[in-house]
Amino acid sequence: MPETSAGTLTAPTKPAKQRPGGTLYRGREGMWSWVLHRITGVAIFFFLLVHILDTALVRVSPEAYNAVIGTYQTPIMGLGEVALVGAIVFHAFNGLRVILVDFWTWATRHQRFLFYLVVALWLVTMLAFVPRHLINVFSH
Amino acid sequence: MTTIEAPRTPTRPAPKRGVNWEKWGWIYMRVSGVVLLVLIFTHLFANLMVGDGVKAIDFGFVAGKWAHPFWQWWDVAMLWLALIHGANGMRTIVNDYTNPGTVQKLLKWALLASTVALIVLGTLVVFTFEPCPAGSPAELLPSFCTAV
Repeated sequence: MPETSAGTLTAPTKPAKQRPGGTLYRGREGMWSWVLHRITGVAIFFFLLVHILDTALVRVSPEAYNAVIGTYQTPIMGLGEVALVGAIVFHAFNGLRVILVDFWTWATRHQRFLFYLVVALWLVTMLAFVPRHLINVFSH
Repeated sequence: MTTIEAPRTPTRPAPKRGVNWEKWGWIYMRVSGVVLLVLIFTHLFANLMVGDGVKAIDFGFVAGKWAHPFWQWWDVAMLWLALIHGANGMRTIVNDYTNPGTVQKLLKWALLASTVALIVLGTLVVFTFEPCPAGSPAELLPSFCTAV
């Protein structure tokens, strides 16, 4: 500390603590879209591992495949499929948003608006899918 | 004006000569992502929205689809593109949350091994599929098995 005067030590000037909301991304739509992209991506990845293995049972026997695919047709798994499709649809639309933000300066400036567009498109897609799927799962 | 520090400084700069694999990985995520959107949305529509949806899926349903090379190639394309896309995404996450060392190496080898194994398995399953296995009850098989 070179600047000491009359025996007093001046505190080093620290940069003011930044509020998370004070930047373009942190704590805002950009950050949450990133968080959701990551979580949905990991979830879809682990489902994919299982899905390849369960489909591979068609090579074992019709009985083995029908047994495992039967578990996909139960009410609980039916709700799980709603979550899975929800994750896929968000990851898909937000992925397009990421590409647009990367390549198009207008989209970079309006990434926040595009996040809400992704949410809106997600809602529309899920409104088309969920009732139809739940009718299939809970009827018969 | 708020300055934001670069979140991560690369430990190694991009190579000046040869293939820039990180760049091609970045491009792959975007190109495969767009193709996968079409492939998977169609897959979900055909399997969950048409007819009785998930309730209609059984061995005969799969056999009916894979009787057409179109759906065989569709599913194999999904398998390769999606699994490599997913594994590369997981690699990014491993890079973000682990330090270079044994654990990181182990996780990346596990990703590579499971990806290669499942791609080989899935591709073989689609192209060596037997729609009318001998000795199976006819009611479990697609209708075209009895026509012969």
